[in-house]
Amino acid sequence: MDRIPILKLGDALLVTIQVDMHDRMATALEEDLTTRIVSARAKGVLIDISALEIVDSFIGRMLDNIAGVSRVLDAETVVVGMRPAVAITLVELGLSLTGVKTALNVERGMELIKRRRAEEANEQPGE
Amino acid sequence: MSSPGSETLRVRLSDDVVRVRQKARALAIEAGLSLVDQTKIVTAASELARNMIDYGGGGSVTLDIIASSTRRGVRAVFEDKGPGIANIEQALKDGYTTGSGLGLGLGGAKRLSSEFSIQSKPGEGTKITITRWK
Repeated sequence: MDRIPILKLGDALLVTIQVDMHDRMATALEEDLTTRIVSARAKGVLIDISALEIVDSFIGRMLDNIAGVSRVLDAETVVVGMRPAVAITLVELGLSLTGVKTALNVERGMELIKRRRAEEANEQPGE
Repeated sequence: MSSPGSETLRVRLSDDVVRVRQKARALAIEAGLSLVDQTKIVTAASELARNMIDYGGGGSVTLDIIASSTRRGVRAVFEDKGPGIANIEQALKDGYTTGSGLGLGLGGAKRLSSEFSIQSKPGEGTKITITRWK
């Protein structure tokens, strides 16, 4: 079965979705990512969807699930590169992706994760 | 009502949803829809095709370019012989689902379409027609 490659980028994992995903692929990605977050001790997950021509409620739910699971594992998910037409359609569909952080591109997504790590380090010892 | 260019796809498995999206996209481009309108009709088709698999036991989708005297558009007809929908008004509400989904499919697809019609009889199946005009 086709699987989507997961790359390590510093403290974070980078997933670039380049194909029109069928459902099994999406489910496999959720599982693979969860395993890799733990094994790589990742603090962030960047999901690049700039190649995706649509995000329907199934893919939206997958993104929400990944964000939820990674949060529990102390990693932050940032979805990057959403196309404008996809964003317009998502909102009209009624999907607000409330649990998911977004950024314009991979660089900004990376910054978001680093900033969060820095904030955490600051507020650490003795509160 | 189908024109020579129409195509009917069987929808049984989730891979078929990908095929419906591709066909809908090709027709939307051919009909001259804007990128946003293409995205809307493809997304709506994706939702409804998946609904058919999840709730209707699969079915068929007929995709077509339609033209009036002044404009062109894409139409998709989804037909299944599943259990049907007892309360259509309720099924169109966001967040209502009898399955494990988000319950956005029907209402969302309706919002993404220029025209939306649904016929359903419990025990006989469901037919949904959506159109996106240029």
